[in-house]
Amino acid sequence: MTSARDEVLTRIRTALGDGRATPADVARDYRQADDRSPGDPALLDLLVDRLEDYKASVLRCGPGDVAATVARALDDGLGTGWAAAGVLAAPGVPVEWRPDGAAADDGRPPGQLADVAASVTGVAVAIAETGTLVLDGTPLSGRRALSLLPDCLVCVVEAAQVVGTVPEALRRLDPVRPLTMISGPSATSDIELERVEGVHGPRTLLVVVVTT
Amino acid sequence: MTGTVPGPAPTFLGLPTAPRGVGHLRGDEPFPDAARTALRDGQLRANLGHATSTIRAKRATVVGEVPDWEQLRAAGKALKAATMARLDEHLLELETRVTERGGTVHWARDAREANEIVTRLVQATGTHEVVKVKSMATQEIGLNEALEAAGVDVFETDLAELIVQLGQDKPSHILVPAIHKNRAEIREIFLRTMPSVDADLTDEPRRLAMAARAHLRERFLRARVAISGANFAVAETGTLAVVESEGNGRMCLTLPQTLVTVMGIEKVVPTWRDLEVFLQLLPRSSTGERMNPYTTTWAGVTPGDGPQEFHLVLLDNGRTAVLADEVGREALHCIRCSACLNVCPVYERAGGHAYGSVYPGPIGAVLSPQLTGVEDNASLPYASSLCGACYDVCPVAIDIPSILVHLRAEHVEAQQRPTPEGVAFRALAKVMADPRRWRLAQRAARAGRLLARGRPTLPAMPPPLSGWTRSRDLPTPPAETFTQAWVREHGS
Ligand code: SF4
Repeated sequence: MTSARDEVLTRIRTALGDGRATPADVARDYRQADDRSPGDPALLDLLVDRLEDYKASVLRCGPGDVAATVARALDDGLGTGWAAAGVLAAPGVPVEWRPDGAAADDGRPPGQLADVAASVTGVAVAIAETGTLVLDGTPLSGRRALSLLPDCLVCVVEAAQVVGTVPEALRRLDPVRPLTMISGPSATSDIELERVEGVHGPRTLLVVVVTT
Repeated sequence: MTGTVPGPAPTFLGLPTAPRGVGHLRGDEPFPDAARTALRDGQLRANLGHATSTIRAKRATVVGEVPDWEQLRAAGKALKAATMARLDEHLLELETRVTERGGTVHWARDAREANEIVTRLVQATGTHEVVKVKSMATQEIGLNEALEAAGVDVFETDLAELIVQLGQDKPSHILVPAIHKNRAEIREIFLRTMPSVDADLTDEPRRLAMAARAHLRERFLRARVAISGANFAVAETGTLAVVESEGNGRMCLTLPQTLVTVMGIEKVVPTWRDLEVFLQLLPRSSTGERMNPYTTTWAGVTPGDGPQEFHLVLLDNGRTAVLADEVGREALHCIRCSACLNVCPVYERAGGHAYGSVYPGPIGAVLSPQLTGVEDNASLPYASSLCGACYDVCPVAIDIPSILVHLRAEHVEAQQRPTPEGVAFRALAKVMADPRRWRLAQRAARAGRLLARGRPTLPAMPPPLSGWTRSRDLPTPPAETFTQAWVREHGS
């Protein structure tokens, strides 16, 4: 008996026929990159504008103030008086970025991350034009469950990671890593098209942009 | 399970279409009858009108922001055509890469086989429940019914799909499947079907969404198996991509131990770089956002992050029959954005259920009859006024009107006898062949009526449906293809 695999492949070959056309070259005459180079102040402004348009909150700071700014973001997201024990950072997030008392992800079973109030991660790249942060599963971004289960997510973006366009971002990413592209908090418009922010993913997205 | 229902006639080149008796590609009644029922439903029409006009406006705004939209669109079209021309090679490469990365690839000739494979995989894990992220392919094959028949509980996790599932209803739109339900109806469904729901639940959308969050949270955390579809699969890297909004997709793709992804064979793209085109085209065309809230990509299995067992099921179910049709194969380029639904005057009035298939609207009118064989969805190629709006918004520039005309000709030919319809087509072919007469016909906008004359059902439609044929402009005529085909098939 022929296997399904062989049969489907044979069907495809039959459908295409013997004299199948050589596919025409694909003209990639769309924009390959923004005119502005990564980290350009105008790109940062654009990123912030797009993030805020999607109801993310954005704070900016210099390289020396990251931990304090993350703490301020958490004031926003969790309310002042939050407990550092409820905040977990991706393992590769530098200690200087972590608010006092926040621990690094210890690889606990993913289900337990649902009890964590907030998580702090870095990103692999950010796309200004679409307001997108990309996490790539490296220690800086953390595993996927870490940016998913806690209800509040703080992402720290460094200026040099901000590119203008989607093609530039994809070129910087490793396609075999598990990637998560995040544009605003989770949302639904399924009920009478009224947008509700925050369904299953974090209901609050806070972004700290580090400028030099 | 086989044998009771005669299969549809094999098409062209003998390639089998999607089998009867399984899945959701065929309606219970022809489109005009179903549309007539829908037209009597004022609530449905109001909801649809609101939904389609809102999404249309959002789409237009974000598409207008992109200076190179037409170049992206042309690239999308060219990429899809190039992929189809080497579909076998790309699928084999995808299989190799996914396997290298620790995944297992399965091939399914049709809906029945795909359902059997998935059921077997789920049963092998010993679990009796699965969480599921919205997927057109699994709706097409009727996977939920198959799993339930095998004693597996299926939890749809997309909010709209959950509403549809709990209400024992059918989806009516690709993007917003529960758009035919209003907030009061949704509240009523939740109160009736969610065991632990707060009795004070109001019909405020935020409260309803939070009720769904609470209802599903625990299921996500305990689920051992998830089932998904895929928007794209990259052959050269073995990367799968799912585009979504709510985070239910991320839950399904991240938390369970086992992930089973069911994907139509046409979803493969050759290279990682190709996603730079589609990830720009899809969100703007679909939800009218610059980028959807969440896109997840993964390649096989990643130790310590996400499912540790991954199965990819590659589904034919009539797709190769579509591929065999040189005109119709363009329907396989569809990236399921639903933009064509939102601009279609027929969809806006008739609603998604009238199409009888999980693929409604203009794309459904060209895809469903090809997947099933045109005789099983004979009225769908007529469910259009050929106004061309679907082509204009399609992010991969599928020429839906030309495929519709092509399928109508095929349907007429299938009947193999001189019908009034055949006469009407002959007349239309003449008009289309003569540019001067064509322009006249366009100005008078009578060609639609001409087309419909042979079908007792279409002209009988009540207002406002009768308005399509009165007031639509026809698109630039696909005169060459159609006329040539006509002459070849019928003589001049
Ligand atoms: S046919 Fe085009 S417009 Fe319609 S759903 Fe498919 S990709 Fe979108």
